[in-house]
Amino acid sequence: MADAAASAGNRTLLQIEGLNLFYGDAQALANISMQVLDKGIVAVVGANGAGKTSLIRAIAGIERPRAGSIRFKGSEIVGLPSHAICELGIGQVAEGRQIFPTMSVAENLEMGGLLKRARPRAAQAMEDVFTLFPRLRERTHQAAGTLSGGEQQMLAIGRCLMGNPELIMFDEPSLGLAPAVVQEVFRVIKALNARGITIVLVEQNVAASLRLATRAYVLETGEVALEGSGAELLADDRVRKAYLGL
Amino acid sequence: MTWDLVANVLIAGLLTGMVYGLMALGLSVIFGVVRVVNFAHGEMMTIAMYAAVILFVGFRLDPFLAVLPVAAAFFVFGYWLQKGLINPFITRPEHSQFMLLVAVAIIMVNVLLMVFGPDARNLQVDYQLESFEIGRLLVDKARVYAAGVALLTAGALFGFFRFTLTGKAIRACADNHLGALVVGLNVKHLYALTFGIGSACVAVAGCMMVLLVDVTPNLGPAYTLLAFITVIVGGMGSMPGAIVGGILIGMSEALAGLLISPSAKSMFSFGLLILVLLLRPQGLLGKKP
Repeated sequence: MADAAASAGNRTLLQIEGLNLFYGDAQALANISMQVLDKGIVAVVGANGAGKTSLIRAIAGIERPRAGSIRFKGSEIVGLPSHAICELGIGQVAEGRQIFPTMSVAENLEMGGLLKRARPRAAQAMEDVFTLFPRLRERTHQAAGTLSGGEQQMLAIGRCLMGNPELIMFDEPSLGLAPAVVQEVFRVIKALNARGITIVLVEQNVAASLRLATRAYVLETGEVALEGSGAELLADDRVRKAYLGL
Repeated sequence: MTWDLVANVLIAGLLTGMVYGLMALGLSVIFGVVRVVNFAHGEMMTIAMYAAVILFVGFRLDPFLAVLPVAAAFFVFGYWLQKGLINPFITRPEHSQFMLLVAVAIIMVNVLLMVFGPDARNLQVDYQLESFEIGRLLVDKARVYAAGVALLTAGALFGFFRFTLTGKAIRACADNHLGALVVGLNVKHLYALTFGIGSACVAVAGCMMVLLVDVTPNLGPAYTLLAFITVIVGGMGSMPGAIVGGILIGMSEALAGLLISPSAKSMFSFGLLILVLLLRPQGLLGKKP
C-alpha cells in the first residue's frame, strides 16, 4: 500500500465528470465524478446495485451514458465502441470472469492479444502470463470451462494482460472464490500495480480493497456518497458501520 | 426392385445430401454466431443458382469455376447485409428480426420472378450425362464432383474456425458475447464476416445444386425450410451436424422418390424431423442445452 502510494504519479489517467447512465427509465449512475491517477489503485466499493458494474461498463464503452464525460489521457472516450477503448489501453477483468468456456486456455489468451496494440508482442505476452500463472501453462490445451473458479480468474486476468493494458478495471475479482485464492488475486493485483499498471478495483470485499487503494469511492444508489484515500475511508465511521460491520 | 437400384438411389441421395449439408452449414454458422435466423437462406440459394446459370449461358463459365466469383460476390453481399441491415436489429426482439428477414426473402423471390419469370432454368454441361461405374453401381459424375466441392468447402470452413485467429475470434463471439466485448473484439465486424461466410457457403451450394436440379424462383422458400430441417436434425450449432443432417435428408428424399413418388420427398424429411425432435430434441450431434 505504502509503496503503491509512493509510486503513484500526479498525472491524471482517467477523468470522469457528471456521468449519467440509464437502463430505460431506471437511473444506474447519477452525476458520477471520479479521478484515477496514473499508476494508482482506485477502489470503488458499495452495495449490490449501487452502480459499480454499470460504471465499469460505461468506461469500457459497453453501455452508453446519457450524459457526462470520460477522458482517458485527456481525450474524450464516451461514444467510442468498446474495441476502440480497449485499443487505447483500457483493459477489463469482468464480473463472472467472462472467459470463453469451449475454447482452450491458449485460445482464450490469444483472443486477449488480438488488439493492434498487443499483436506484435503477443507471443512474449503469453510467455509472461505463463510465468505469472504457471497453472495456466499446465493447462494450455484444456477447455477453459473445465478450469476451477480460481484458475478461470487467473485466465481472465491473463487474457486481459495479453492486451497490454495501461489501466485494468477489476470487477468483483474475488467473488465466489476460496479465501486462499482471494488472497492470491489481491497479491496479483498488487504485483501488477507495482509493474506500473493503473488499477480500478470494484469489490464487495471492502476492507481488503480499501487497504490496497490509494484512493477510494463509495457508491450508493448510483451516486458517489464518500470519497477519500483508502486509509481515510477505512477510518470513517459510516464506512465502518455500513460495510465493515464494526 | 433390385438392391442395385436401391444402392444407386441411396448413393445419389447421399451425394445430393452433402450439398444440402453445405447449404445448411451456412444457416447453422450464421445462427450459431449472430443468433439471427436467416429466413432468406433458401432464396439466397436460388439467387446463386441463377447466377451460375447466367455465368454459364453468358460466358460459358463452368459451374465449378463460377463458384469462385459467385461465392466472392455473396460474401460481400452477406457482409453488407449484416452490417447495414441486420446489425441495427440485433438488440431488437426476435419477431422484428423475423419480419426483417422474411421481407428480404419476399423481395428476393419477387425480383427473381420479375427478372427470370416463373419458368424453370437449367444449364447443360457434358459431364452431366456421364457416370462412374463401380461394379454394378452407376454414379453420376456431376453429383460426385458437386458433393466433393461441398465437402471440400465444409472442410475448409472447419479449418478456418479451428486454426485461424479470425476464425477463433468468431467462435469467441459465439462462446461468450460479453467476453468478446471485454477483450476488445470488434463484434459487429465479426458478425458481418460471419454472415458473409454463411452466404458464401450458400453460394457454393447453389452453384453445385444447379448441376442437379432445375431452378425456379419458388424453390427459395422450399430450400429455406429444407435448411431448417437439416440444421434441426443435425443439431443446432454443430457444424458436422449440418453435414450429417444434410446427408440424412438427402437419402430420405431419395428413398421417398423410389418407394412412393418424388413428390413425397418432403413427407419423408418432415417425418425424419418429427422422429428426431421426439427422440433427440437437441439434434443428432447437438449438445444438450
